[in-house]
Amino acid sequence: MQKAMHELAEMDELAMRSSPIHELHPLAKLITTIIYILITLSYDKYNLSGLVPMLLWPILLFTISGIEVRICFYKLRIVLPLVMAVGLFNPFFDRAIMLRIGPLAVSGGVFSMLTLMIKGLYCLMASFLLMATTPIDSLCAALRQLHVPKILVTLLLLTYRYVGVMTEELAVMTDAYLLRAPGQKGIHISAWGSFLGQLLLRSMDRAQELYAAMLLRGYNQQFHYAEARPFRIRDALYLLGCILFFLLLRTVKVAQLLGGMLVR
Amino acid sequence: MIEFQHVSFGYEKNRQVLRDLSFRIERGEAVGLVGPNGAGKSSVMKLLLGLLEGEGQILVDGLPVRRDTLPEIRRKLGFVLQSSDNQMFMPTVYEDMIFAPLNYKLSREEAEARVDEVLARLGLEELKHRYNHKISGGEKRMAAIATILAMKPEAILMDEPSSALDPYNRRVIINTICTLPQTKLIASHDLDMILDTCERVILLSEGHIIADGPAEKLLQDRALLEANRLELPLSLVGRTPRNAAE
Ligand SMILES: Nc1ncnc2c1ncn2[C@@H]1O[C@H](COP(=O)(O)OP(=O)(O)OP(=O)(O)O)[C@@H](O)[C@H]1O
Ligand SMILES: [Mg+2]
Repeated sequence: MQKAMHELAEMDELAMRSSPIHELHPLAKLITTIIYILITLSYDKYNLSGLVPMLLWPILLFTISGIEVRICFYKLRIVLPLVMAVGLFNPFFDRAIMLRIGPLAVSGGVFSMLTLMIKGLYCLMASFLLMATTPIDSLCAALRQLHVPKILVTLLLLTYRYVGVMTEELAVMTDAYLLRAPGQKGIHISAWGSFLGQLLLRSMDRAQELYAAMLLRGYNQQFHYAEARPFRIRDALYLLGCILFFLLLRTVKVAQLLGGMLVR
Repeated sequence: MIEFQHVSFGYEKNRQVLRDLSFRIERGEAVGLVGPNGAGKSSVMKLLLGLLEGEGQILVDGLPVRRDTLPEIRRKLGFVLQSSDNQMFMPTVYEDMIFAPLNYKLSREEAEARVDEVLARLGLEELKHRYNHKISGGEKRMAAIATILAMKPEAILMDEPSSALDPYNRRVIINTICTLPQTKLIASHDLDMILDTCERVILLSEGHIIADGPAEKLLQDRALLEANRLELPLSLVGRTPRNAAE
């Protein structure tokens, strides 16, 4: 349980490391991530080979930022299967044969399923990399710079904190329960109702007090405390470079090019 | 500086927590707020900060506590919450400390200097870049007090500042409180600390003021204290702590 308690705090910790990626302007990172996601989603649902090279960008980011791929998959272990499951039924609907490899016939449904899964994986990885290299407050500041309404940004920030508080409360309550229920694995089903109710009430109370603590120290939905750094040439170069890179991957059929080179 | 005029308050309709409370605290005064569990000490502080709303009038620096005056009033008051877990919301101690100064439009250099000054004063330099979820309860309490001192408020409200502290840190806090020139309102069950830090004590019980007077006089009144589930401060018992239990 101790583990679960620190999941979000650990994201903060990752975000506070230092690397060339961490030092980039949050706005540059936010925009590139959004563009990456949009471009990834824009691929045709059968264009599996086109999507593969898009993996290059997350790999580059993992390498440069020093964030371990292992951590990424560990953090995403709950969402990832859900997102992947979306494409699971495609093979049943779309049975037209697209490709034959010897005796094996691959239907369009299989292609679109794989494409969807890969898209989901890429988008999650990109979001994770953004969160793991940018503190939540800087991210909020960047969103404000993009003129996302204050109320939405505050909502995002508070949700982030609320989820943190809730996992913490859950950890404390589970420990308290198990200490008084020796030999029991997990929480007995008869206690689930009151447990859940308590969890919500307690985390709401705590979130309220946390928000009060923010107000008492002058929080006015502006992010002075997220380092107001200038947007430097380096940031602009990164942004431009990434966009060009994405467009290149999107328009040039890298896979075919490579394939062609090999055959020749 | 702080004035309560006939303030009543209840969390639920027919259960009053504070009843017709009136008192005045002058600028620069250090006042201890004592009373048994559930007496309403924390509620008094939350009313003062506008976190709760009751009947009657509360004035801070002549300004009534109302929705439209809240930002100005909260600027003047620094509040150390009873639970430090809820006080610290940024990833690291440093970020938490710099939060308020930056909100109050200090430049980053000024804010940083202030943070360092407070940390040095409390001997907490080592905590500066630690993560809030990776420090002990007592360290977190010290850090919470530090975040409030970094705000440089005109008055400081503390709810149980000495709980969770080891004797050394408790002493550091007492000494720090004594050197602070601000108006102070301190709620605590640690009567020895109140005696060391406050010249005046307000004794609260079941939402009433039972007594209000000089700390030295009030905290020696064994009958009064014991009638309100409190005990003489050890330093006034005149015996060593071991014998005091007899
Ligand atoms: N959120 C709440 N809802 C309902 N009643 C509450 C709430 N918070 C406190 N109370 C009640 O109000 C009364 C005063 O509480 P308060 O927290 O002010 O006491 P306190 O003097 O600070 O006590 P302690 O010494 O235990 O901190 C108590 O009887 C308590 O049960
Ligand atoms: Mg209290």
